[in-house]
Amino acid sequence: MNDSTKPDPGRRRFLARAATAGGALFLAGCDRLSRSDGMVSLFDSASALTQTAQRALTSRHDLAREYPASEIAATFRANGTTNPQNSDYQALAANGFRDWRLSVEGLVELPRSFSLDELKRMSSRTQITRHDCVEGWSCIGQWKGAVLGDLLAQVRPTAKARYVVFHCADNTYGGPDKYYESLDLIEAMHPQTLLAYELNGADLPIANGAPIRLRAERQLGYKMAKYVMRLELVESFEDIGRGNGGYWEDRGYNWWAGI
Amino acid sequence: MRSPGANPDTAVDGAKQGGKVIKRHSLFTRVWHWVNAICLVVLLMSGLQIFNAHPALYWGNDSSFGDSALSIFAVQGDDGELRGITEIGGLRFDTTGVLGVSGPAADLERRGFPAWATIPGPRWLAMGRQWHFLFGWIFAPMLVAYLLYLILSGQLWRRLIPRLHEWRGIGRTIREHMLLRFPRGEEARHYNILQKLTYLLVLLAIAPLIVLTGLTMSPTVDAAWPWLLDLFGGRQSARTIHFICATAFVAFFVIHVALVLVSGVFNNLRSMITGHYALPDEETSRHE
Repeated sequence: MNDSTKPDPGRRRFLARAATAGGALFLAGCDRLSRSDGMVSLFDSASALTQTAQRALTSRHDLAREYPASEIAATFRANGTTNPQNSDYQALAANGFRDWRLSVEGLVELPRSFSLDELKRMSSRTQITRHDCVEGWSCIGQWKGAVLGDLLAQVRPTAKARYVVFHCADNTYGGPDKYYESLDLIEAMHPQTLLAYELNGADLPIANGAPIRLRAERQLGYKMAKYVMRLELVESFEDIGRGNGGYWEDRGYNWWAGI
Repeated sequence: MRSPGANPDTAVDGAKQGGKVIKRHSLFTRVWHWVNAICLVVLLMSGLQIFNAHPALYWGNDSSFGDSALSIFAVQGDDGELRGITEIGGLRFDTTGVLGVSGPAADLERRGFPAWATIPGPRWLAMGRQWHFLFGWIFAPMLVAYLLYLILSGQLWRRLIPRLHEWRGIGRTIREHMLLRFPRGEEARHYNILQKLTYLLVLLAIAPLIVLTGLTMSPTVDAAWPWLLDLFGGRQSARTIHFICATAFVAFFVIHVALVLVSGVFNNLRSMITGHYALPDEETSRHE
């Protein structure tokens, strides 16, 4: 064997290091770019394009797929907060949410509040749907709840109202900020959008958002606020939280959660 | 308007490699190729960042937790050491250092794919999604445009559909590829059958599949096009197929780059940059 055909360990090491260094530079570049104004505005444009395209593709009446009862998952996975620790919530839970009232306020003609029983007496819908988490997993469950569109019709949003903001009881990960979310009126008025109080035929468990959680079946899971306490109709959500329309939106996730 | 690729066989003066120089790739093809190269790297690495948020794959509509087709996780051994485990089809592999557990020895991290394989490097799902969707918006429309261009310009038929005699000679072509002997002279003017089949597989199967399975993961798209769920057997199946297609792209990338390197790297690169390709001489022996 000729010496020159043997791999030169020095050269090999150099090449490996050069490749590693090149890769590291590329990655560091991507990480720095991620925070640059130029990239952030490109990301925002792409997200706006996604929202526009998906809205154009989907009529406001297109329903999310509903599944047969045989597809219901044995346990519905609970994510995020599974038991809000603050004393107000614990007191409500201790009393079976009999003192809980959902107040609906903001840009509405007839602001008022609803007890859990009042919600249960309103027009309801039962649906077996797939919950898609932004993390990638899916879980199928049967939900029963008050149709949000019917509730909104009762309080009569004013002409200026554009979004429904859902204020929640839980401090996610025990932090200082309460969870909140928002839907525009198209998603809020969708026939499958519910204030759900039942999961798989039983009262909604605390782990899944008791006494009510939002179901917005054409969006990802982080939109579907749990432990909902108050609805606020607004023209803009700029002054709420950090101004991006939701707890996770304030932490870099897109307001449009259709993908 | 005359497309630059309308006449790919035009001989160009100034052959330097001894062989006849032909116009091989149109401007569109060349731009598409390099934009794709960037897109695929970013899409793959940001995709792995997204995958790391839930490093398991399933078949069907939902995630039957505990019944995954593939799962990457970490376990703490009896000695207190973190071990990265990859389970696939009931088989269990210790993948510490790469899958499940990776990073510097002093600061091992539980994560699906290692930091060097993801965009961004640190665990950051929201930002991985931003990169993925931005480049998806470049990749998917360019794919549609290129497929239309291939069909309308006649190139799909002229350059990529194998002819009967090529099917008959497929055994010989495979043998010659194994020996790294590539077509020379006039024979090198056209793609050989293995190239044709590979490019057809990527263009007409893997690339469209990866876009459609990506869309199937969107709950809004599923409401508009529920047939996608039926086509792929559910959202989790679509996610798994998306991952398999990405793996196929990595395999294609590795084989593609290796063959570019061994079959005349400068001539190949030139043809994808300037469009000009020198047909390798029939007589000259291969460079060792």
